[in-house]
Amino acid sequence: MNETLIPRMVEICGSSGVVSDPLELRTYECDGLTSHRAAPALAVLPETAEQVAAVVKACAAAKVPFVARGSGTGLSGGALPRTDGVLIVMSKMRRIIAIDPISQRAIVEPGVTNLAVSTAARPFGYFYAPDPSSQIVCSVGGNVAENSGGAHCLKHGFTVHHVTGLQIVTPAGELTWLGDGTGAAAGYDLLGAFTGSEGTLGIVTKIVVKLTRIPQAVTTLLAAFRTTGAGGAAVSAIIGAGIVPAAIEMMDALAIEAAEAAVNCQYPAGAGAVLIVELDGPEADVRRDSAAVRALCEEAGCGEIREAADPAERAIIWAGRKSAFAAVGRITVAYIVQDGVVPRTALPRVLDRIAELSAAAGIRVANVFHAGDGNLHPLVLYDDASPRECEAAETLSGAILDLCIEYGGSITGEHGVGVDKSRYMPKMFGADDLETMQLLRCAFDPAGLCNPGKVFPTPRLCGGCRACTAACIPWSPPGRRSSSDDH
Amino acid sequence: MTTDTIPGALALACRAVTPAAPRDAVAGVMPSWVASPASVEEASAVLRAAADHDLAVVPRGGGTKLGWGAPPRRCDVVIDMLRMDRVLEHAAGDLVARVQAGVTMAHLAGVLGGAGQQLALDVPETGGLARYGSPTVGGVLATGIAGPRRLRYGTPRDLVIGVTAIRADGAVTRSGGKVVKNVAGYDLGKLFAGSYGTLGLIVEAVFRLHPLPAATAFVTDDVYGAAAVAQAVAAAAGSDLAPSAVEIDRPARGGPVRVGVLLEGDPGGVAERAGQMRGTLGAGSVASRSEPPWWGAAPGGTGASPGGGGPGGRGQGGTLIRIAFWAAALCGVLEAIDAAAGAAGLDPAVAGSAAAGVLHASVRPDAPPGAVAAFLGGLREAMARGKPGAAAGEGPPTRGSAVVLDAPDDVREVVDLWGPVPGLDLMRAVKDQFDPGHLMSPGRFAGGI
Repeated sequence: MNETLIPRMVEICGSSGVVSDPLELRTYECDGLTSHRAAPALAVLPETAEQVAAVVKACAAAKVPFVARGSGTGLSGGALPRTDGVLIVMSKMRRIIAIDPISQRAIVEPGVTNLAVSTAARPFGYFYAPDPSSQIVCSVGGNVAENSGGAHCLKHGFTVHHVTGLQIVTPAGELTWLGDGTGAAAGYDLLGAFTGSEGTLGIVTKIVVKLTRIPQAVTTLLAAFRTTGAGGAAVSAIIGAGIVPAAIEMMDALAIEAAEAAVNCQYPAGAGAVLIVELDGPEADVRRDSAAVRALCEEAGCGEIREAADPAERAIIWAGRKSAFAAVGRITVAYIVQDGVVPRTALPRVLDRIAELSAAAGIRVANVFHAGDGNLHPLVLYDDASPRECEAAETLSGAILDLCIEYGGSITGEHGVGVDKSRYMPKMFGADDLETMQLLRCAFDPAGLCNPGKVFPTPRLCGGCRACTAACIPWSPPGRRSSSDDH
Repeated sequence: MTTDTIPGALALACRAVTPAAPRDAVAGVMPSWVASPASVEEASAVLRAAADHDLAVVPRGGGTKLGWGAPPRRCDVVIDMLRMDRVLEHAAGDLVARVQAGVTMAHLAGVLGGAGQQLALDVPETGGLARYGSPTVGGVLATGIAGPRRLRYGTPRDLVIGVTAIRADGAVTRSGGKVVKNVAGYDLGKLFAGSYGTLGLIVEAVFRLHPLPAATAFVTDDVYGAAAVAQAVAAAAGSDLAPSAVEIDRPARGGPVRVGVLLEGDPGGVAERAGQMRGTLGAGSVASRSEPPWWGAAPGGTGASPGGGGPGGRGQGGTLIRIAFWAAALCGVLEAIDAAAGAAGLDPAVAGSAAAGVLHASVRPDAPPGAVAAFLGGLREAMARGKPGAAAGEGPPTRGSAVVLDAPDDVREVVDLWGPVPGLDLMRAVKDQFDPGHLMSPGRFAGGI
C-alpha cells in the first residue's frame, strides 16, 4: 500500500472512517461466499458521495485498485477485497433521502437496506418490489451492483426494472448521474447497463427507485406432490394457463426434511416436493387465479393443498422456504449454494439429470428454487473433511452449470458471476461477446482499477482488448482461499 | 467511386445490394447504396466491408422512425433489415420469443396471439403519415418506444432479455440469453435499446412475453385545468385497482383534457374495477370495453406521431416532442407547456402516458421554426426551474427532458434536438469504444454521437 494513501484517506474520511489494523481488516475478508477470502490492504467508510469520489480519485491517482462493499451478503464474491487495494465500505451511507408517492419514487443512499425502503414506503401504500432473501440486511447499492432478484421477481421484475436514476462515482473519481429518475432519460441507457455490472463500472452513491403499489389482495398456496417432476408439470400448467403468479417456489424432499427439522414448518408429511404459489393483485383476479391454480395442481397429481388465509398463515408457509438454506446447514457439514437458470419448461428433465449426477457422484443435492423462472438453487452437500467429497462436490456443482448451459439457460440467475464463476463465462459467451462487454468496461474504467478480477475470466481479456485506450493493469488471479478453506 | 458502381467488397458481402433511390434518404441525407442482408453472416460481412472501406452505415427496419434524431453526418449505406424477418423461436411455455430484427411488430403479434401471448409494448402500428412501412422489432428496440402500457410493462429495455448485434467492425456479439432471469455478464441489450443504431446493428433479440389479458376495460373522463388533470391522474395511478395505463389527450389549449385508464385481467374483476375506477375519477366518467379513438394515437392527429414519422424518413408531419418528467410534476409540466406555447404563439396538441411521466407534444407542420424553437426553449427552461419537490439538491439535478423526436428540416436547423443530457461524457466514451471510426449512424444521437 502506497504510504501516502493512508494519510490522504484519513483526511477524506476522518480517522474513524479508515481501518488499517490487519486484525480489524479481517472483518471484511469475505462476503457471503466464504470460500474466497482476502483481507484488503485498507478499508474506508465514507459518509457522503463527495467522500466516495475523493477516495476513488485518490486511488486512481495512486493506481491502487478499489472494491466497493455494501452489506457483504453477496454470494459470488463480488465484494471480495484485493489484498493490494482499498475496500470502500458503504454501510455509513444509509439515509432515505425522499419518498415521492405520487411519482412512485424514492431516493436512497446505497447503504440503506432493501427492506428499509419498503418499510418507509408502506405508510403511503407502496413497497419496493425486488426482494432478495437477504432483504433484511442486504443494501440497495449492492442490489444495484448485482441486479438482485428475489422470489417475487417472477411477476415484478428485477432491480434493473425498478431503478430510474443513479448517482455514481466513476472509476476516475467523478460524480455523475445516470438517468434522471424518469425512466425515460435522453441518451444511452447507461443506467441499465450499469445495473448488474457487479461493481466493475463505478460506485453507486444515490439511487432513485420505483415504488410499487401494495396489491389489493395476496394469497399463498402450498401444494404437495409426490415428485419434483409432478410439481414441475404443475408449474408449466399454471404458466401455460396465462397466470403470472408473484412467486412460484419449489423444494424437494431433502430440502423439506431440512426445513422441517429446523423450523417445524409442518409441510404435508411424505411429500416428495412442495410448491409455494403466491398470487397478488386485484381481489377478483387473485380469487380466480387461486381457484385455477388449485385445479391445475390437482390435475398434476397434487396430494394436499393449503391456502393461507391471513398474513400469519402466509408467514408459516414461507418460513420453511426462507429457512431452507440455513436449515440444510444442519443436515450436512458443508454445502455449496449453486445458482443456475434453465428454461422453465426444461425443469423436470434438468432435475432428473441432477438426480442422476448426484447418485453417480454419491453426493446429496437438496433443491430449493424459484420454479416460476427456472432459477435453480441446488445445494450440494458434502463433508469438507473428506478430500474425495470436496472434489466430487465441486465437480458436481460445475456439472450442474454445464447442464444449465446445455439447456439454453444461464450460469447465474441472481447471485452474480463475481470471482466464483468467471471461469464459466467462456462456456456461456464467445470471445467476441466477452470482448464487446470489455468495450463497455474500458469506456468506464480504462485503468482497470474498479473491482478488477471480477466477472470476466482472467487475465487474458482486458490487456488484449482492441480498443482499450489506456494501459490496463494486469489482473492477478482472484483472491486465494485461506489455508483453512483450502480443499 | 460513384453511386452506380457498387464496391466489390460490398457486393461480395451481400447478394442484395442496390443503388439507393430518393426514398432511401435518411432525414434528408442520400445514401449511395442499400444492402439487404438475409442472414447474420451477410449482415456481418456488410459491416466488415463498410469498415474496410470507411463507409458510414445507417440501419433501417420499417423506416417509420428513420426521420427521428439528427440527420446522419454521413450515410453511404443503408442496411435494410426487412429480409431478416423470421420469428426464430416462440417458446410459449417459457413466455419467450427469439426473433430477427426485421420481423414486423404486427407479424409478431399475430404469431404470439395464436398462443394467447403478446410482446407488451403496444407500439402504434403506423400512426400519422407513416406510409413507409410497419414498425419492426429492431426499429422499436433501437428507438426504445412504447405505448400506453409502459406504466405496467415498461419499455423495450424492460422486455428484451437477449440481443445479438453486429459491431461496426463486423464482429457478431451476443449478450443476455433466452431465460428471463439471468445476470451473467453485462446486459448490453439495455445499451442497444434506444441507441438509434449508433452502437451496432441489432440482428436478433429475445423478448420476455406476457399472457394476453382475458378482458380489458377503459374508464374515461373529460377534465378541465392542469390541476384537476393531475389530480385525476394521481388518483387513478395511486389506486389499488392495478391500472395498466393512465393516459391523457389534450387536443387544444384551454379545452377539455381526456383522461383514460386501462384495466386488464379477469372479466368479472375488470368490470368490478371499472366501476370502482369510475368512483375514483368522478360521476362524469364512463366505462367502456372498447378503446377510445384517441388511445395511444398521435397528439391532435397532426400526423407527427409517437408511432411514425413521415414517408422517406423525413419529418413531414410537424414537430413531435417527447416530454419526460416525474409524475408528481404533471400539473407544472402541463402549465409549462401552455405558458411556453402561449408565449411562442403556438397551440400544440399534447397526449401520452401521464402517470408514467411521458407525454408527447405535437406542433403543426406549418408552425414557424422560430416559434417552435421558442416553445422548446421556454418549456425546457420552465422544466429546469420547476419545483424539484422533496430533497431538492440531493436528487438528480435534472428531473425531466424535452427531446425533439421528429421535425421538419427547417425546424431541425434551429433547435437543439436533445437538450441537456446527463452522463454525456460517458456516452461518448462508450460510442468511441464500440465504434471508434464513427461509422454507425454518425451524428444521429444525443451530443452528436
